[in-house]
Amino acid sequence: MNRFEYRKLKNTLASGLALACVILALIPLVYILAGVVMKGAPALSWEFLTSRTAGTGEPGEGIGNAIVGTLLLVFYASMIGLPVGILTGVYVSEYGNNKFGTTVRFFNDVLANFPSIVVGLLAYALVVAYLNVGFSLIAGSFALAIIMIPIVANTTEEALRMVPNSLREGALALGVPRWRTVLKVMLVNGRAGIVTGALLGVARIAGETAPLLLTSFYSSYWSFSPAEPIASLPLTIFRNYNSPSEVLLQQAWGAALVLIVIVLALNISVRLLMRKNKRRPKAVKNRWMTRLPLKG
Amino acid sequence: MASSRGLRQRGRALRFGGDKVFEYSVMTVATLTLMLVWMLVVRMIIDAQSSIERFGFGFLTGEDWDPNRDIYGALPFIFGTLMTTGIALLIGVPLSVGIATYLSELAPPWLKGPLSFVVELLAAVPSVIYGLWAMYALRPVMVDTIEPVFQSVLGWTPLFQGDPVGLDKFTAGIILAIMIVPTIASVSKESMMAVPDSQREAALSIGATRYETTRMAVLTYARSGIFGACILGLGRAVGETMAVTMTIGNANLTSWSLLDPGQTMASLIANNWGEAQGLQLSALIEVGLVLFVIALLINIFARIMVGRFMGRIPTTGGGL
Repeated sequence: MNRFEYRKLKNTLASGLALACVILALIPLVYILAGVVMKGAPALSWEFLTSRTAGTGEPGEGIGNAIVGTLLLVFYASMIGLPVGILTGVYVSEYGNNKFGTTVRFFNDVLANFPSIVVGLLAYALVVAYLNVGFSLIAGSFALAIIMIPIVANTTEEALRMVPNSLREGALALGVPRWRTVLKVMLVNGRAGIVTGALLGVARIAGETAPLLLTSFYSSYWSFSPAEPIASLPLTIFRNYNSPSEVLLQQAWGAALVLIVIVLALNISVRLLMRKNKRRPKAVKNRWMTRLPLKG
Repeated sequence: MASSRGLRQRGRALRFGGDKVFEYSVMTVATLTLMLVWMLVVRMIIDAQSSIERFGFGFLTGEDWDPNRDIYGALPFIFGTLMTTGIALLIGVPLSVGIATYLSELAPPWLKGPLSFVVELLAAVPSVIYGLWAMYALRPVMVDTIEPVFQSVLGWTPLFQGDPVGLDKFTAGIILAIMIVPTIASVSKESMMAVPDSQREAALSIGATRYETTRMAVLTYARSGIFGACILGLGRAVGETMAVTMTIGNANLTSWSLLDPGQTMASLIANNWGEAQGLQLSALIEVGLVLFVIALLINIFARIMVGRFMGRIPTTGGGL
């Protein structure tokens, strides 16, 4: 074999290897999705979705209180996390061209990939122990909110950066004060990106387990009070995954199916939204280009 | 005349006075992030106080974790974290670099977007579902096939002693590898896509093949970004809790064999949280503090590595 053929062969082999890596990584994904659907689907029924997790292993149990619990946790967490995250993003993008802004951005970046169990420890130390609330819905929501804030802040910042500068300049030139420019022009034009960030944040916290273990704990009953422990889908899975009882194991797979449907739906809508976003600024840019006499 | 100017000024003040108010209130909210990190450190040091006073630096090298005698040491868990993370990186890094290469250099343009999305969906699957899946799908494969094969080839090393049971450091490491792939792959892909085309064109124009171009021009140019991506993956692996807790077997022992159960820092906290009290609780929080410091250092280091190359790390969180 001559030198060229050898190099060509190496090229083909390397390309094949790279493709093999992709396929190898997709096997677990397909396997997990198929497994969850196949094992979880037989568990689903109206009764299963509406009755509570009694934990006794007798037939007739469900995951109703866990679904409600996860929705409540995500709702309260969004109530705290969304405003804080969006305003942080606004600050960093609109007023953050200084040392303090860089610091905030840096800590947001660091916090975004932080181990969630450490965040759970913070929420425990602060809300459960220090404020003496005990294991509760509100402690869990606080932990989830901390996880959500950097995600929302970063995407908001990116969304505001994508708004064409000419819009900001136009508003300011008309004599609109800066704060109204931010609220009425920037936020409104960047709203698709901000919604994307919010969905991304919700998708991330809906499946979080470790911080909830430390903060909201678990309840087998229907609970709506912010100061009481509450059931959640991830913890239902964790509580039952090793159970010798067939019924409880079914419950874990059913909860996994409901959870993964929620998370995937959120992720796919993020994807669709982002594709729409990407097209828009390009159109604006092109229109601006054609109006300028670039070629004399 | 004078009154009209006064009116105009008052109007100005009304309309623009809001500017400072708005700026400062937004800034106050932004400060929250800094305050949270600060409070985290302070609260954890306070809560870990009794354990820190009792064991000092010996905590990091103590081998016992015994609630009956009230003696706590973190060495087995630091060891377990290092072992599982090591396996995860060993498997995950080559795989991720391969994926990143395919996505940035080789894939046809129409396939790039959807394929990146699907790879990043791996990051969106909740950790607890990975654990559940590993328990029922991965564990049998490990026991029947993978572990015996490794044992027959590498059984003479201290790494593969004992019986394959499936709930051990090896299984936990493999699950971790799957979980860090999307992080490393997507940040590496971004770094490789940030390589200027002139680099590729230069290599191609002197007759290099696609593979040689990628190796000489792209991988070399983007190496600090790829290295940073690996460090980010390391950060994720160190702090990962649920999937590891469900697969590692949860035994407080320091053993070199990958086929023995173990415990990581994160899984220790998750396992003992419910019943821990007094000194044990304080010791658990100290373990959390150690984990916090490690994660902080890893993350800062990764930001600097990737940041130097690309300016800013893209937000990863699945689906991007």
